[in-house]
Amino acid sequence: MSPREAILSAVRKNLPRPAVPLPEVPGSERKGIKHGLGYKEHLTRLPEVPGAPDVNEPLLPYFRRQLEAMGGRSFEVADAAAARAKVAELFPDANVVCSAVSEVPGTRRIQDVRDPHELNDVDVGVVRSPLGVAEAGAVWLTQAELVVNALGVLSQHLVVLLDPAAVVETMHDAYERIDLASSPYGVFLAGPSATGDIEGVIIHGAQGARSLTVLLLAPAARKDPR
Amino acid sequence: MTRPVDPERRAAGFIALELHESTHDRLVWGMRQNRDKAVAGVPEWEELREMASRIKEHTLTHLDHYLEQFEKSATKLRTHVHWARDAEEHNAVVYDVLNAHRVKSLIKSKSMLQEECGMTPYLQQRGIEVTESDLGERIQQLSDEPPSHIVVPAIHKLRTDVAALFAEKIGTDPKDSDPHALAEAMRQNARPRFLKADAGMTGANFAVAETGGFVVCTNEGNADIGASVPPLHIASIGIEKLIPRGRDLGIFIRMLSRSALGTPITQYTSHFHGPRRGGELHVVLVDNTRSDRLGSPDFWHALKCIRCGACMNTCPVYRRGGGLSYGATYSGPIGVILDPGFDLSKYRELPFHSSLCGSCTDVCPVKIDISDQIYKWRRVVAAKGLLSFAKRVGMSALGKTLAHPPLYHSAEAVGEWALEHLPRFLLYNPLNPWGKHRELPAVPRQTFRQWYIENRRKP
Repeated sequence: MSPREAILSAVRKNLPRPAVPLPEVPGSERKGIKHGLGYKEHLTRLPEVPGAPDVNEPLLPYFRRQLEAMGGRSFEVADAAAARAKVAELFPDANVVCSAVSEVPGTRRIQDVRDPHELNDVDVGVVRSPLGVAEAGAVWLTQAELVVNALGVLSQHLVVLLDPAAVVETMHDAYERIDLASSPYGVFLAGPSATGDIEGVIIHGAQGARSLTVLLLAPAARKDPR
Repeated sequence: MTRPVDPERRAAGFIALELHESTHDRLVWGMRQNRDKAVAGVPEWEELREMASRIKEHTLTHLDHYLEQFEKSATKLRTHVHWARDAEEHNAVVYDVLNAHRVKSLIKSKSMLQEECGMTPYLQQRGIEVTESDLGERIQQLSDEPPSHIVVPAIHKLRTDVAALFAEKIGTDPKDSDPHALAEAMRQNARPRFLKADAGMTGANFAVAETGGFVVCTNEGNADIGASVPPLHIASIGIEKLIPRGRDLGIFIRMLSRSALGTPITQYTSHFHGPRRGGELHVVLVDNTRSDRLGSPDFWHALKCIRCGACMNTCPVYRRGGGLSYGATYSGPIGVILDPGFDLSKYRELPFHSSLCGSCTDVCPVKIDISDQIYKWRRVVAAKGLLSFAKRVGMSALGKTLAHPPLYHSAEAVGEWALEHLPRFLLYNPLNPWGKHRELPAVPRQTFRQWYIENRRKP
C-alpha cells in the first residue's frame, strides 16, 4: 500500500464519531457572532481598551494606530510627487530604490529584475497594497503587486502605497475580499520584521525589512478620472 | 523499554540557576499578561474559541475528505504533494527531493514537525548543510539544544548566554550582550546563507483544503525569505493542520498571535498557493502517529492544537522548570499530552510534571481539555504498569488510608506527632519531596475532626 493509501485508510478507520457539523464563520454578515464584532461594535463594553476607536470614528485612524503598535508608520501624501518627496526625505542615503509602482519610479524597476538574488542590494523597496486591515494594522501584498516576492523581505526598508479607502475592519472582512488561490504568494504584513527571541526584547529588522512605511495615497486612476 | 526522562531532576537543574529561573518566569508570564490584554480587546473571544474548536473538530471528523480535497486543489496549482507515514518516511521524501535538485545548502524556518521527525541531523548526515533562520531556533541550533518553547525557542537563555554563544560560534564581541547588537550580528550572518541556499524549507500553521495552499506565520519574515529567494520550497505539514475553507483563516489568524504574544497578528502571515514565478513547491503531508491519536476518544482533541504556546506561558510548572526539563520535542502542558503518544515509556513521567491547576485549559484558544487529558494520561501510565516505584508504593498506601477512616485518623495523629517531634534530617531529606524548598507547616493544637467533635457534636 502506498503511504497515501495507508494514511487515508488509517484516518478513515479512526475518524472520531459523532461527526461535527461545520459552523458558519463571520464575514461581512457577521454570522455566528451575537453582539457584533471587533472593537467598534463593542465600545460600550470596552471602556478601558487602549487604542480602541471612538464611536463614529472612521476606520483610517484606527488602522494607523494599530500599524504603529506593530512597529510600522504611516503618512498621508497628496499625490505622486508628494510620495516621491516623502521617500526622498525618509531615506536620504538610499542608493538603490527598487520600485513596483509608477508613482515612485526609484532607481530600479522591479520588472527588470530577473532573479530574486539581484535584490540583495536594495535599500528601499516600493510597492502598492490593494487592501489594509484595521484591527491588525496590516497590509496585503501578493505576487501581482510585488512582481518578485523577495522585494518585500530582502529590501532593507519597505514603503507601501495604500488607498485609504481600501481599509477594512477585521481579518474576516479581509479574507472575504481576497482570492487566495489566485496568487502563489500573499502576505499580510503588519509592521517590519521583528523578533523577541533574546529575553523578549522587541527588535525590528530581524531578517526582513527593518522598517515599514505606509503612504496613504489613492491610485492615480481614481484621483484622475480621465 | 525506554528509560524515562526525569523532568523533576532536569527542572531542578534549571531552578538552581536562580537568575535564569526568575527571568524565565517573568518573561513567560509577561506573554500571558499580554495575551490577556489582547483578548480583552476582543469581546467576541469566547464565540471565536467555540468556532475555532468546532471547525477543527469538523475537519478532524472528516479528515480523509479534506486531505483528498487539499491534494486535489494543491496539485491543480502545480504543487507536488507527497505523503509520509512516519518520521523516517518524511525525512526520506525530503532528502529525495533535495537530492534530485542537487541541494547542498538548505535554509529552514521553524517547524515543530521537522523537529519531531529529527530531520536536521538526518539531512546533515547525508552531507546537506542545514541552517535555522529563526533567531531563537538558530540560537538553539548553535547550542545543540532542542527548542525550549514552541514560539520563543531560546526564552530560557539570558542575553549573556547568547553573547557567549555568538562570540564562540560567529565571532561577536563576548562583552557585548545588547540584544540589538546580537540580533544585528545574526542578521548579517544569516543573509549570505539565505542567498547561497539551494532550497528553503518551512512548516505550516494551517493548510486550506478548499484552496490547496498553506499559511506560515512568523514575526521575522524568515520563512518568506527562504520561500522567495532559493528556487525550491518544501513545506512539511502535519495532517491535523487542515482547515476546510479560506475564510476559516479569519478565526484562527485573529486568535493565534493574540494567544501567543498578545499582538493582533504576527508581523508576517504568509499564504503559499503553488510555486512562485520561476520556483518549485513541494509539500509533505505527515501522519507520524496522528491517525492513531485520531482513534483515541480520550486524546484526539489534542490534534486541534494550533501551537500558540499559551498553555506553556500560563503553566506554573513550565514557567519555573523551563522547557528543556521535559526532555521532549513538545514541552509545557501541550507537550505533556502529546509526547506520551509518541513514546509512552520514555515520557511516562511527564503527566506528573503538572499541578493540574487547569489554567492551560482556560487559555487554550481551540478549547482542548488539556488538564483533563493530563489526568487521563496518568491513568494510562498506571494501567500500563509504568508508575515509578515511589509513586506506586505511595499511591497504594494513600489509597488504602483514605478508604479506611480509622486508619486515616490514626495516620493523622502519627503525622502530627512526627511533624512536631521528628528531627529535621528525617523530615527534610531526599525521600520527602514536600520538604524541598519549603518549611513544613506548624502543627495546629488539634485536628479539625477533634475540634468538630468537641464543638459541634455536643448536645
